[in-house]
Amino acid sequence: MSKIKKGVRLDHISKIYQDPKTGKDFYAVKDVSLDIEPGSFVTLLGPSGCGKTTTLRMIAGFESPDEGEIYLGDEAINALTPNKRDTAMVFQSYALLPHYNVFDNVAYGLKLRKVSKEEIRRRVLNILDLVELNGMEGRMTNQLSGGQQQRVALARALVIEPSVLLFDEPLSNLDAKLRVSMRTEIRRIQQEVGITAIYVTHDQSEAMALSDHIIIMNGGVIAQMGTPQDIYYHPDSEFVADFIGEANFLRGTMTGMEGGHAVLEIEGSRTLVPPKDGMQPGGTYTAVLRPESAVLAESGGLPCKVVLSCFMGSYQNYHVTVGDTLVKLTDYNPKNKRIYQVGETCSLVFDPESVHIL
Amino acid sequence: MARSQSAALDRKKLMADPVMVGTIVVLITFLTLFILYPLAILLVDSVYGDNGLTLDIFKRVLDMPNFQKAITNTLKVGFLVGILSAAVGLLFAYVEVYVRVGRGVGGLFKVVSMLPVVSPPFVLSLSMIMLFGKAGLITRFLLHIYDNSVYGFWGIVIVQTLTFFPVCYMMLKGLLKNIDPSLEEAARDMGAGRMKVFTSVTLPLLLPGLGNAFLVTFIESIADFANPMIIGGSYDTLATTIYLQITGAYDKQGAAAMAVVLLTITLLMFAVQKYYLEAKTAATLTGKASRGRMLITDKSVTRPLTALCSLAAAFVILMYLCVPIGALFPTWGYKFTPLTFKWFSQVFTRYKGLKAFRDSFVLSLISAPITALLSMIISYLVVKRKFKAKGFIEAVSMLAMAVPGTVLGVGYIRGFSGGIFHTGLLQGIYGSAAILVIVFVVRSLPTGTRSGISALRQIDKSIEESAYDMGADSFKVFMTVTLPLIKDSFLSGLVTAFVRSITAISAIILLVTPQFLLITVQINEFAEKGSYSIACAFATILILITYGAVLLMNLFIRFFGTSRKIKEDM
Repeated sequence: MSKIKKGVRLDHISKIYQDPKTGKDFYAVKDVSLDIEPGSFVTLLGPSGCGKTTTLRMIAGFESPDEGEIYLGDEAINALTPNKRDTAMVFQSYALLPHYNVFDNVAYGLKLRKVSKEEIRRRVLNILDLVELNGMEGRMTNQLSGGQQQRVALARALVIEPSVLLFDEPLSNLDAKLRVSMRTEIRRIQQEVGITAIYVTHDQSEAMALSDHIIIMNGGVIAQMGTPQDIYYHPDSEFVADFIGEANFLRGTMTGMEGGHAVLEIEGSRTLVPPKDGMQPGGTYTAVLRPESAVLAESGGLPCKVVLSCFMGSYQNYHVTVGDTLVKLTDYNPKNKRIYQVGETCSLVFDPESVHIL
Repeated sequence: MARSQSAALDRKKLMADPVMVGTIVVLITFLTLFILYPLAILLVDSVYGDNGLTLDIFKRVLDMPNFQKAITNTLKVGFLVGILSAAVGLLFAYVEVYVRVGRGVGGLFKVVSMLPVVSPPFVLSLSMIMLFGKAGLITRFLLHIYDNSVYGFWGIVIVQTLTFFPVCYMMLKGLLKNIDPSLEEAARDMGAGRMKVFTSVTLPLLLPGLGNAFLVTFIESIADFANPMIIGGSYDTLATTIYLQITGAYDKQGAAAMAVVLLTITLLMFAVQKYYLEAKTAATLTGKASRGRMLITDKSVTRPLTALCSLAAAFVILMYLCVPIGALFPTWGYKFTPLTFKWFSQVFTRYKGLKAFRDSFVLSLISAPITALLSMIISYLVVKRKFKAKGFIEAVSMLAMAVPGTVLGVGYIRGFSGGIFHTGLLQGIYGSAAILVIVFVVRSLPTGTRSGISALRQIDKSIEESAYDMGADSFKVFMTVTLPLIKDSFLSGLVTAFVRSITAISAIILLVTPQFLLITVQINEFAEKGSYSIACAFATILILITYGAVLLMNLFIRFFGTSRKIKEDM
């Protein structure tokens, strides 16, 4: 694609809706500011009702913001209708035109732009090649599988060479296996074309696999943004830690420092954690422990009791209690390892560097 | 917290779409001018006399004994017809959905549900008189009763029930199909007998729907003009009283006040039906049945029910058959052979039949596409777009459903005969073909809009959004996406509008001028004079035209309609 890539900037965007039951206004999106680099892949991630789809639909132009301004490149686009915006959206339900075949579906946007017939043909066939649908152009859309329909939807959005590609949970209607292969496809195509992409999903693994940056939203506001690694290893809040991956929360009181590590007393036992700026002895802190970063041992860590031990194939799933706190563990590659049984008492061992203090 | 910025932006976006803005403005003007204004002028006229604001006119009208009588008459008829239609409709619907019936019986059902659609409104009154009247085929010649009178209360009730029960049948059939069979199976499983299942599961679930069917029929019955006119005799209802007040007593102001009374009654009923019962029906019967229902095959149930329905259906069909046959007898009631075409030829030679058919046909043919297109545009705006005036457009086009034709007719007389607000403005359309076309459009608009809305609700909103997103403006989206997807609904809307227009009478009879001959008005005139054979000949040809139109539509839909495959996909 020959076009100049454009970034997207949201400047203190809010959207107010009326609650249909109570009639009261509430913020569906509140004071969201974003700066999306040209050519990057950004995902809006969050539980349903967090405002991610509303944000995307404001960028597309289907909804109008109540506060703030949206910029495409340097241009303020608040007052532009969707058909005048240089964005293209891939819908959750594919939204293919059922009375057109594949070719005409993809060609629809080009015809509206009065592109010449030969040019349309060349570009449509090119793009169908890119999404690996060559030879399918004569099919009606209902003769395609879900995955193929999604490829047509993607091709239709790509062919008009928009500045920004918008995805509204495009894979949620596909089965689990197809979802995984389609998301690699989407990433491949986005990188090949080099287009700016904004992707909405509630599936954290999809967000991790696709994005350069993830923006986690909750209750209409941004909870955290950063690279997938950033967010996974250094969550800002319990919500983020819990939403991205699985997380255990161990609460303890800081008693002092020891060899560059902070000492935390958790459920009556001492353990070492990485220090955090502003930590004060006597303060209570929450340590985030990922299920895969701790193991069970005979001794040497926090004393615990096994309450669930379950073989899952690639890992052994444990639930243990440390005092009153439930901790979930995944012990990968359990073959030839000592398996702890329900009721056994043992020790929860982890590397101080693998926990994160909130 | 204020939603002012989004409102301003939405307005700006709307203004960027001149076609859309133009359409909305035209629609609002049309609806205001031809639905709201005529009704408003009725109200104004009936409270505004020579010396300012007054209730004298209402008082005068309400003091008339014949008007008081008409109110009670109308309500009595409406109530009974509502109950009877809902009951007969339920019987038919239940048998169709729950009972295994032979193919022949199923065919009978189809015919019965189809007949009232294609026939003009007073056909059953005609055949009622011809079969059961003084010179009735059945009363006089079969049963040798010489003084039977079909005119009056029972005549209207029977004829209206037969006319309106198919509507109830279609409504209830849809609802019964939505009841999940596993609910009833669960009740059976816990030991309930079939009767107990019906009274404790099926009926309670259906109750709001039955109420809905009752009220819809009630409104139709109250608004019905043609049947009480022909078979009512001296038993006047509100619709006929208003008509006579204008054509007989030349009391337009009184008629306006009467029309306000009638309108108030129907609007109240409509409000209850629309906002209370319809919501309740939707709440109890949502979703689709999860799988097929085990049909009742028990002979002790199927036989009596099938027999009952077949008998009723056969009776209805006999009533309809009576019309074409009646037109073939030399003299109805006295001389039956040899069959003759003389009435048919008299239609054309003596009674200007050709002109009547041409006028009716051409006017309906003009109004049908206007109606169909308007109702599709309204449905599109209501279902798919959001803008400030949307509520107004939806409310007014639905309101038209509750307005009896007679009321609308009086409204047009008051509203346009002296121009708008009696100023002479637009006076030219009064008495012209234009006003007839407009009345046809307004009368058929609600049905078309309703079916358009339900068709559009089935189309995923994001399909249109995607086209919009790809760069199409509203007009392009409507032409390239919406219209092709609801082609079937559009085509059937076209034919329904045509059929409704060509068989319409209640409003049009008040507005038609001698320069136009309309078939329905002719039939009404001949029936009033007692020339039943000529009336039958007219009616037969009319039925043939409308039936032909419906056949043509089905053919069209088969060849040019949305393919079944696409529909299954949506």
